[in-house]
Amino acid sequence: MPQVLTEERIVSTQEPASTRIREQGKTILKVQDLFKSYNRNTPVLQNIQMELEQGEFVSIIGPSGAGKSTLLRCINRMIDPTNGSILFDDVEMANLNKTDLRKQRTKIGMVFQHYNLVSRLTVFENVLHGRFGYKSTLHGVFSLFTEEEKKLALTILDKLGMKEFAYKRCDQLSGGQKQRVGIARALVQQPKLLLCDEPIASLDPNSSKVIMDHLKDISETMGITVLVNLHQVDVALKYSDRVIGLNKGRIVYEGVPEKLSNMAIRDIYGSEVEDLILE
Amino acid sequence: MNGSLDVIKKKKIQMTLVLLILLLCTMGTSMLTDFSFADGFASVPGTIVWMTTNLIPGAEAFENLSKILSKLWETIVLSIISTTTAGVIALFFALLGSKTTKVNQPFALLARLVASVFRNIPAVAWALVLVISFGHNVVTGYFALFFTTFGFLVRAFIETIDEASVESVEALNATGATYFQMVFRGVIPESLPQMVSWLFFMIDTNIRNATLVGLLTGTGIGYLFDMYYKRLDYGTVGLITICIIAIVIAIEFISNKVRRLIL
Repeated sequence: MPQVLTEERIVSTQEPASTRIREQGKTILKVQDLFKSYNRNTPVLQNIQMELEQGEFVSIIGPSGAGKSTLLRCINRMIDPTNGSILFDDVEMANLNKTDLRKQRTKIGMVFQHYNLVSRLTVFENVLHGRFGYKSTLHGVFSLFTEEEKKLALTILDKLGMKEFAYKRCDQLSGGQKQRVGIARALVQQPKLLLCDEPIASLDPNSSKVIMDHLKDISETMGITVLVNLHQVDVALKYSDRVIGLNKGRIVYEGVPEKLSNMAIRDIYGSEVEDLILE
Repeated sequence: MNGSLDVIKKKKIQMTLVLLILLLCTMGTSMLTDFSFADGFASVPGTIVWMTTNLIPGAEAFENLSKILSKLWETIVLSIISTTTAGVIALFFALLGSKTTKVNQPFALLARLVASVFRNIPAVAWALVLVISFGHNVVTGYFALFFTTFGFLVRAFIETIDEASVESVEALNATGATYFQMVFRGVIPESLPQMVSWLFFMIDTNIRNATLVGLLTGTGIGYLFDMYYKRLDYGTVGLITICIIAIVIAIEFISNKVRRLIL
């Protein structure tokens, strides 16, 4: 398949008339007819269709209970969907066995709202945990990592500004620092897709900006597709190439941030704009 | 206005009724069992006098001190050995039984069932049953303590693992880690402080249990206690009690120090 490089003029609220070169035509994730329910009566996700291209930065917004976390976790099958197809990197995720699923999961990094670090271990050890998917059980259990892996971990920590904390225990870090370790752990997997489940929900405004800037930089310079769940609509509008609005398990909006009208926001959140704190 | 007054009145009436019922029950049961509060209270001074004259160890009691200390040492060692070995095996069962690290549902249920059975049979019952097979020696005592500790620790470890490691397990699974990588590099480092706490708790409990178990198996400090009690040598009995209390306090002090170091 020939890959066509095109220059697109994208109007963003940050820099007017900015240009970006994007590799068009490479679909990294294709979700079709995704359906998830825990009992017969209340479906958590209905009729989800989604396509992500390599290097895109996409946000999912919606009220609590809309199914954002469930959708994210269905992609790497931390939650098993009831129905539907998830095509990641040309591999159907729905019927993989355990070994193949593990292999696919190494290509998907995940960042969590509560950082999910092993708090008694050091930053360096936590980051290297991201390489477990590539190692045999024995090597992983005894922490036998190669020199390249260790160098990669240090490079990534340096890029995120955490190099001097490499030997600190994770329970001694602040929230923003912990999240950067979480991102480093996901990056050391050298993934193609980064799933972020409300990464800034527990952070102060300063750390939030640092984290979102890092995520944006990852999608722009490393060509990794980033899919973020967010509560904060203004953050989503500021950083995303595309926004997906979820309400009660259905996609009610899908498009560029500029086109997100007040009516669309009402569809997503079920309340008038005046009744919401948007920024 | 009227409504709120009614609510408060209702509550006062309820409280009075409850207290009245309790009083009636107490009086009724004490009449049935021939228990008299007045007699009970009246005998307290006499008891205190008896305790101070008999239980406070005299010079003859101190002659037995070396015997007491050696038996006490035997009890402590027995308690530590049974706790640590039970802990290792309990960890294995807890990994099978916990929601986060279970391999499959049947094994999980089996692990919890085994723990429940072993935990709910008291050490004394184990001692009585095992004495028939193994006789009056340290092995019986060891097994009695081992089984109860094992049962308790499986349950305690399962709760620790469920509570402490849920988030790290989720993250490690998302990176594609295998089961053993997740257990050794995620679950165990996270749960370790709490598990060590439980181990020290069980060592403490077992020293006290060992007293009773020793009584039945003829080993350790329980045996000495029983022997001197039956000889009506209350002074030595008092000395033994003081030693046990002192040791338990000492172990608690040491365990706090060690816990602070490890954590």
